[in-house]
Amino acid sequence: MWDHEIRAMASTHAIIAASVFMATILPAVLVPGFSVYGTHLLWLYSVSAAVAAVSVSVFWLLGISPPTKKHTLGYKLSRLFRSCLYFFLSCLFFHTVVILYGAPLIESALETFSLAVLLTSLTTLRCLCVLGPNIQAWIRVFSRHGAMSVWDTCLQITVAFTLIGAWLGAFPIPLDWDRPWQVWPVSCSLGAMIGYLTGLVVAPAWIHYHRKQLTYKCK
Amino acid sequence: MRVRSSVFACFILIFEVLGVALFLRGFFPVPVKSSFSSKSRLSDLPAEPLAGSPPNSTRLPQPLFRRVVLMVVDALREDFVFGPSGGSHMPYTRYLVEKGSSHSFVAKARPPTVTMPRIKALTTGSIPGFIDVVMNLNSPALLEDNLIWQAKTAGKRIVFYGDDTWVRLFPKHFMEYDGTTSFFVSDYTEVDNNVTRHLDSTLKRDDWDVLVLHYLGLDHIGHISGPHSSLVRPKLLEMDDVLKKIHGSLVSKEAEGSLPYLLVLCGDHGMTETGSHGGSSEPEVNTALVLISPAFKRKAGMERPGEVEQVDLAPTLALGLGLPVPQNSVGRVIPGVLEERSMRDQLRFLHLNGHQLSCLLRDSTPDYQKEAGFEQFRVAEKAHGSWMKLYLEGNTSEVLTNMGKKVLKQYLEALAAMSSALSRQLGKYDMYSMIAGMVFVFQLLLVLLLAMPEALSSAAAVDLPVRSSLLSLPFYLLCLLLASVHVLVCTSAESSCYFCSLSWGLVFAAVAFSSAMFCILISMAMRRLPLGPTAHGKSPVRSSGGEWSLSELDVLLLAGTVGHTLSLAASSFVEEEHQTWYFLLNTLCLAVFQDVCRKYFREQKGSGDEEEHLLPSKDGHSSAHPKQEVVSEKWLALATPPFTLLCCRLLRSLNQTGVQWAHLPDVSHWLNSAEHKTVLSLLSALCLLLIYLLVQRRCSLVSKVALALGLLGVYSYRAAVGNVLFPWQRSGRAASKGTVEARFVYVFVLGILFSGTKDLLRSQIVTADAKLKSRGLWEIYGGLVLLVSLLFRAHNLPVLCCGLLIQTLMAQFIWKKLHYDAAQTTIMHYWFGQAFFYFQGNSNNIGTVDISVGFVGLESYIEAPAIFLTALSTYAGPLLWACHLVCYLSSERERSPVTVGHGCYCLALLRSVPAAAYVVLVTVLRYHLFIWSVFSPKLLYESMHLLLTAGVCLVFITMEQSPGSSKS
Ligand SMILES: [Zn+2]
Ligand SMILES: [Zn+2]
Repeated sequence: MWDHEIRAMASTHAIIAASVFMATILPAVLVPGFSVYGTHLLWLYSVSAAVAAVSVSVFWLLGISPPTKKHTLGYKLSRLFRSCLYFFLSCLFFHTVVILYGAPLIESALETFSLAVLLTSLTTLRCLCVLGPNIQAWIRVFSRHGAMSVWDTCLQITVAFTLIGAWLGAFPIPLDWDRPWQVWPVSCSLGAMIGYLTGLVVAPAWIHYHRKQLTYKCK
Repeated sequence: MRVRSSVFACFILIFEVLGVALFLRGFFPVPVKSSFSSKSRLSDLPAEPLAGSPPNSTRLPQPLFRRVVLMVVDALREDFVFGPSGGSHMPYTRYLVEKGSSHSFVAKARPPTVTMPRIKALTTGSIPGFIDVVMNLNSPALLEDNLIWQAKTAGKRIVFYGDDTWVRLFPKHFMEYDGTTSFFVSDYTEVDNNVTRHLDSTLKRDDWDVLVLHYLGLDHIGHISGPHSSLVRPKLLEMDDVLKKIHGSLVSKEAEGSLPYLLVLCGDHGMTETGSHGGSSEPEVNTALVLISPAFKRKAGMERPGEVEQVDLAPTLALGLGLPVPQNSVGRVIPGVLEERSMRDQLRFLHLNGHQLSCLLRDSTPDYQKEAGFEQFRVAEKAHGSWMKLYLEGNTSEVLTNMGKKVLKQYLEALAAMSSALSRQLGKYDMYSMIAGMVFVFQLLLVLLLAMPEALSSAAAVDLPVRSSLLSLPFYLLCLLLASVHVLVCTSAESSCYFCSLSWGLVFAAVAFSSAMFCILISMAMRRLPLGPTAHGKSPVRSSGGEWSLSELDVLLLAGTVGHTLSLAASSFVEEEHQTWYFLLNTLCLAVFQDVCRKYFREQKGSGDEEEHLLPSKDGHSSAHPKQEVVSEKWLALATPPFTLLCCRLLRSLNQTGVQWAHLPDVSHWLNSAEHKTVLSLLSALCLLLIYLLVQRRCSLVSKVALALGLLGVYSYRAAVGNVLFPWQRSGRAASKGTVEARFVYVFVLGILFSGTKDLLRSQIVTADAKLKSRGLWEIYGGLVLLVSLLFRAHNLPVLCCGLLIQTLMAQFIWKKLHYDAAQTTIMHYWFGQAFFYFQGNSNNIGTVDISVGFVGLESYIEAPAIFLTALSTYAGPLLWACHLVCYLSSERERSPVTVGHGCYCLALLRSVPAAAYVVLVTVLRYHLFIWSVFSPKLLYESMHLLLTAGVCLVFITMEQSPGSSKS
């Protein structure tokens, strides 16, 4: 059963990674003057949208999201609304954290917010897909020894890799090399993206090699 | 031999300081100097070359100028004169530059771009060593050969007005002088009026030959509000008027037949976009140099000024006045100045300059004959000789002119080559002393690292195998080996080496110490070896889990320490080190926040009785504590890390430091501008009030009163100096030095320190009362805070206030409640201390050291207190956090008696790792382009910090004394 889940995870990740590459390549072909550095915000939004759309549809198709208790339209709508709210709140949260890290307050607010949107669609959106808009479950997954399924472990790994990638991405900014990718927030968003892709590769592999040691309370 | 952790750590630190001092002595090269200590004399000048026959005459050409006015405008950046706004800032100067008979240049100053080394460069033509900056505070008389001495010896009468650094450098050289002190940076009108008021009478008289003026106002304006402030334009207009006045007077005195005058306008260094200087960025290095004399051709229009070295002015002036070129000058005469003279004179001038350079080259380089410039000069001299022969034969043909031009070109090339060869010489290091220092530091660091498991154990004592090492054979063999290496190195080295010049006793002590350390190292390593891999892992296990003992926080703390050390290898990361610390501190706060969330939310999830168990209230008292208090405590604990984050974000925008973003406007500029004086007054009053509230909690009544009066004194000192306003006070009041107010505060500082020490001594000797002891410690801390609040500029008071606030909150809600151990707490304190070092506006550049602090409460410059106060205010952040660490850990002693020892050990380790790594880095990067501008200042900062940490560790030892008695 675990092999099956790991295979599903690997294929899901492959699809998401492919969507990232498509979201980079397609605009480059279609939109004149598109480049990852030059029109960075455009790339950022195209990638965020692609990741968001693909993750939502894949996870919905796979049925990994926790089964809803009620099937009334109103309940579903309220879930959708709460998810959107959480998404937006998480954007604000990331924005605040990035500003606390020293990003200028007013000057490049749009760039900072775009980075927050990217981080949200790489991390929070996945939480929303896997766990649903349920804060208690989030706290459980992100506290020590809190993972209850393979997907929880996978979620931990990808989120950690994305955040560490963005964190490491900030280091080249003070270097005096004057490269285009040192401009705010290019290095951070690239770092987050590279971290995310690494996380996508690492998560199934790590779970595969540690499947003997992994024991979950439930399931 | 068994020693306590703190004693061990302190011992290691003190010897590391000695090792680093040895390294520093080897690292900072002594400037290029001629081996003769005498000065150049007219009679030593070489004869004019002449081919074929013996040299004919020692004839010197007539001097170019009769009298020289040297007008130095401190921090006159090149674009103030030549830039696009130069026309409106300095209209008359600009007119002379464009249409008058003048030469204008961009003169490149060498770093360090600080006034005193620059004055030395202007007058000696040599490039002073970097260590001169350290001596800048206390400039002794200049003994080197220099222009002023030469002029005085030649009977020229010199008049000087301006910066009194000149008076200190050249005592008894001036016929008439008036020095103004440069240390009251807030004054920018009086300093210049003090110079200008003498001008009218001096210019009328005829009894002087050289007039030197040094205007400081522009530099002070730069320090206060930067190069784009509204104060700059009126100041430059004032300077322009002064120049116009001098020029007009010189023109009117100009007599037919006599030699012309020369008026020089120059800057000693430039300023950055924030108005500071000291480094090597373009705007700091490029200064304006304008030479005005009727001896020059009239200009047709503005052309881009050429580039010369600042040191070129010294030989130019020397030759222009008919004086010998100062012996250690590495500059070359500016050819444009000579071009109106006859070819014979021009060649002779260049020959004199070349001869001086070649002598210097011969004295300072062992294989000078291989230098290209030396050879070129010999060739040019020969050609000069044959030209002279033709010339004396009366040849006046075209051939002679062309040949003369060729010789001239050869001379200029030779001068350029020799000058650059001499400048290169400056990068010579005393490698033997450096390596010896480095070996010391590394041995000590390794011993410190190897002792980690013992030092952080519950006994907090280290077993040093001293006796067995001293009695072992390898020790004696090693002594012998090292001594023979020393003799070998010292007898074979051609260049002088500091370590070899030490007395034999000292060298032998060092050799014995080093070999003993080596033996101790080996035997400690042998002892560790069987233990295997369990020896590593710095932070003690906190969680009960076996193999995965490091929490995320530990990983962060370790990775941050290692990462920061590695980052010092890149010059940008050294320049922008504050970014590294802010970044790490932010991450630390987030990690702590996550820990807090885990603690409190896991409880919420768990069942009720588990909550009771986990909460910090002791089980016996749990019924006494109302539920309400527990909940509010939880929220306060949760709010502390975000609050800290917010504080750090605000503080980081208070002072922009570093290099790349230093020019951005920051809050301190806004606060310091004249129209926001009320805001600054309110803010500092509020901060002082908060400081009082935070510090007074744990003081005795007497100290409380003293503290309150002291803080009032601080405010009135700031008001007296003119930074802040009293509500009833008009803003136009003249600023005084505030000496009385500052001394008033000093009295209370001493009083509080005295009362704290008394409490401490009583608790140690008489009663062994832990409460009294912690009160005494806290009072000493309060005294320090009061002193620092006096020394900090008014806009920096929020830094102090936020620091105290964060300390209080963190100690109350985080460190105690989350049961962080001594090692973790120490690392956090250290990180906070580092970040606060930069919050207060420091950087790794010498230019940001606020030397005006050394004059608070003093009438004149007194060396010892000035240096002490400057060091204290510069390192206020790290020092206050380290002191808080002492207070906190000794208050935690009831829980675990060894915390103080652990904390001291960790502090020593945290300080020695980057210091030792940096010593190696600097050695490896010693030929790096930025070694002087970026890496060496950082080296000075690192060693100073090491010294201070050794001092703090001594305090730790006294706190750890009598461990048995204070257990309650
Ligand atoms: Zn200066
Ligand atoms: Zn200055």
